[in-house]
Amino acid sequence: MAHAATHDHDHHGAPKGFFQRWVMSTNHKDIGTLYLIFSLTMFFIGGAFAMVIRAELFKPGMQLVQPYFFNEMTTMHALVMIFGAIMPSFVGLANWMIPLMVGAPDMALPRMNNLSFWIMPFAFILLLSTLFMPGGGPAGGWTMYPPLSLQGESIAYTIFAVHLMGISSIMGAINIIATILNMRAPGMDLLKMPVFVWSWLITAFLLIAVMPVLAGAVTMLLTDKYFHTNFFNAAGGGDPVLFQHIFWFFGHPEVYIMILPAFGIISEIIPTFARKPIFGYRAMVFAIASIAFLSFIVWAHHMFAVGLPMGAEIFFMYATMLIAVPTGVKVFNWVSTMWGGSMTFETPMLFSIAFVILFTIGGFSGLMLALAPADFQYHDTYFVVAHFHYVLVTGAAFSIMAAAYYWLPKWSGNMYSETWGKIHFWSSVISVNVLFFPQHFLGLAGMPRRIPDYNVAFANFNMISSIGGFWFGASQLIFLGVVIHCVFFSKKKAADRSWEGAKGLEWTVPSPAPFHTFDVPPVIHDDELAHGNTEH
Amino acid sequence: MGHQQHDVYFVPSKSYWPIVAAVSMFVTVFGAAHWLNAQPGQASFGEPLFWVGIAMILGMFFGWFRSVINESLSGSYNGQVDRSFRMGMMWFIFSEVMFFGAFFGALFYARLFAVPWLGGEGHGVLTHQFLWEGYNASWGASGGGGPQKIGGAFQTIPAWGLPLLNTLILLSSGVTITIAHHALKAGHRRTLLIGLGATVLLGCLFLWFQAHEYAEAYEHFNLTLGSGVYGATFFMLTGFHGMHVTLGTIMLAIIWVRCAKGHFSKDDHFGFEAVAWYWHFVDVVWLALFLFVYVL
Repeated sequence: MAHAATHDHDHHGAPKGFFQRWVMSTNHKDIGTLYLIFSLTMFFIGGAFAMVIRAELFKPGMQLVQPYFFNEMTTMHALVMIFGAIMPSFVGLANWMIPLMVGAPDMALPRMNNLSFWIMPFAFILLLSTLFMPGGGPAGGWTMYPPLSLQGESIAYTIFAVHLMGISSIMGAINIIATILNMRAPGMDLLKMPVFVWSWLITAFLLIAVMPVLAGAVTMLLTDKYFHTNFFNAAGGGDPVLFQHIFWFFGHPEVYIMILPAFGIISEIIPTFARKPIFGYRAMVFAIASIAFLSFIVWAHHMFAVGLPMGAEIFFMYATMLIAVPTGVKVFNWVSTMWGGSMTFETPMLFSIAFVILFTIGGFSGLMLALAPADFQYHDTYFVVAHFHYVLVTGAAFSIMAAAYYWLPKWSGNMYSETWGKIHFWSSVISVNVLFFPQHFLGLAGMPRRIPDYNVAFANFNMISSIGGFWFGASQLIFLGVVIHCVFFSKKKAADRSWEGAKGLEWTVPSPAPFHTFDVPPVIHDDELAHGNTEH
Repeated sequence: MGHQQHDVYFVPSKSYWPIVAAVSMFVTVFGAAHWLNAQPGQASFGEPLFWVGIAMILGMFFGWFRSVINESLSGSYNGQVDRSFRMGMMWFIFSEVMFFGAFFGALFYARLFAVPWLGGEGHGVLTHQFLWEGYNASWGASGGGGPQKIGGAFQTIPAWGLPLLNTLILLSSGVTITIAHHALKAGHRRTLLIGLGATVLLGCLFLWFQAHEYAEAYEHFNLTLGSGVYGATFFMLTGFHGMHVTLGTIMLAIIWVRCAKGHFSKDDHFGFEAVAWYWHFVDVVWLALFLFVYVL
């Protein structure tokens, strides 16, 4: 190995063998590609589960599946989408783009990077295999609240899968922090970094801080189930609510782990297509940092209805509402960036604008839920489902699609079909609202979540929502087609600077980005950076 | 490439260790999950699979670290790689701190909220009156087993016996490893090996006393993992700490061998420092444990 290392450092290009290139990789671009393919696969698997849910809810009464299977679907849909689709796709984007954006040749710890990726497929084999086992998969909800989640045998597999995902996330996050802090080209000062890089630096910190807490929480579940401990058993002096506290101490920062990189992506795309530097660069960075800080002191707003002391209800209510301030700063700054710009509306920009509008809707319903007395009414209804799907689908997922359209020319060297991209966008943005907007009404009218059957009074809105769901699911096949066409069949070559208004180091390298970039540190020109000249 | 080329980036060669690691971890946890769910008395392939996975993980660590050590000795790494390794270790230790934080959080919550509420404090008045009447909600032997005294009556480990001794042992080991580090930097090889060797022995001594304490707890005090929330927090916190001390002692022993082989120079000894940081971390966790688990 030692001799191989010294001779292998010659940077001539990709290895020839398939196994050598893709399984033994130390290349951030290949590993980023693996992450993106994996997360897209998971997006369709999780989406298939969602289709089962919407099909069952198409009409009142039991239609297609058994209640237990329905519960497995809601549980698995969440676990797959959160840990399999959204998080790995952001890590994939970080892998591809952060070294290009800060002028590094690769990630700081390339072999650990490869390990972070390869744990993920195995973690999901472990998790998804439970669906085929006698007794079935986990069905107690992705939050794994005891004592419900401790019924059945699948919990052991779920817990170990969560452990593996956590190890993967922690190693990925350590790698990203080390890359950003240690591998920047000379002259790429911290406050000259693209906002996407900043958002990931802070997200990585959140990941390292809370994934171990989740590991601790599920370890306690494991020992409660198999080793006779009483962490969550009141008869032994424990408390089931303790699990909820520990879980949500992880869970709320987790929410921002899934949205801060989205903020970063949107902050890259809007300046490009508005042809203006981002408005209030420093405010954007500080807003992300403030949101990250606040995320540690708001967890109990997920538990308002569990019987908290009054003081806790009030503290967590006001702390939660504080988050609206830095989030508002971000939304206003995106709008101000667009204000007076010479805008064009290519697909990435369309997704970004949809993000700003629809994420803000999700933010407002979040503010409603932050009010403890109001939450007593909304808690565990479809209003909550509508809220977090607005922030996760039209927020996180839309930002990932925007990023894919924005950087596909850089990754593949080809332009995607703008026509089909726009068809995908309009089809998605209309159907997603047909899908989720009626769920607000359902929730306000009192329809509980995670229920396979419902009162006939909710029939119409559920049918509309299901139609939107099938339509949105089908629309994503267009996305798959656009990506495959772009990578393998598109005849239109992308320029190095694929977008007229695009700034930043990633646009100074050829398209497609060569296997190795920045073997020698690049020279940074401030006016080449996405947020303009930062000299003050 | 040698040490002189500090401003040229280093990207390591491709390696099969990551995929070996991923497969080993999968085999281990898949086996463990099967084993846990096996019916008593029934043969399960989970148990052997688990041990195969553990053996694979050990082999993987051996192979991966051997290749990294060889690369390091051949001078492949530059100052930037060294800084990346340092950051990696620091943030790894931070993640470990947060892992222990979850269990300390459980301990504080159980002591300050869960148990007093079961005893009728605060908003637990009605719970106490209707469900757990007569429960004496104090921490430790009288109330830590919970209202149903799950696990039966037990005694707690007195802080000023073995735990105090173990505290002194770990604190001394922090001193000996610092002596070793200074000796390494000053080039005093003999002092280095003695100091580091003493640290390894103190680590083993700590573990021996800890095992003795566990045996005592199970055999004479009826304090078990099932002794209500007290037993759960006691054994999980001290148990995870003990696992970390075990790991740290193994790492120290390996570093001792590497020191004996002359792998480290006075400016270039990240391997030594990483293990020293880790050792100080388990030391600090122990101080918190001693205070919150044993003394208070």
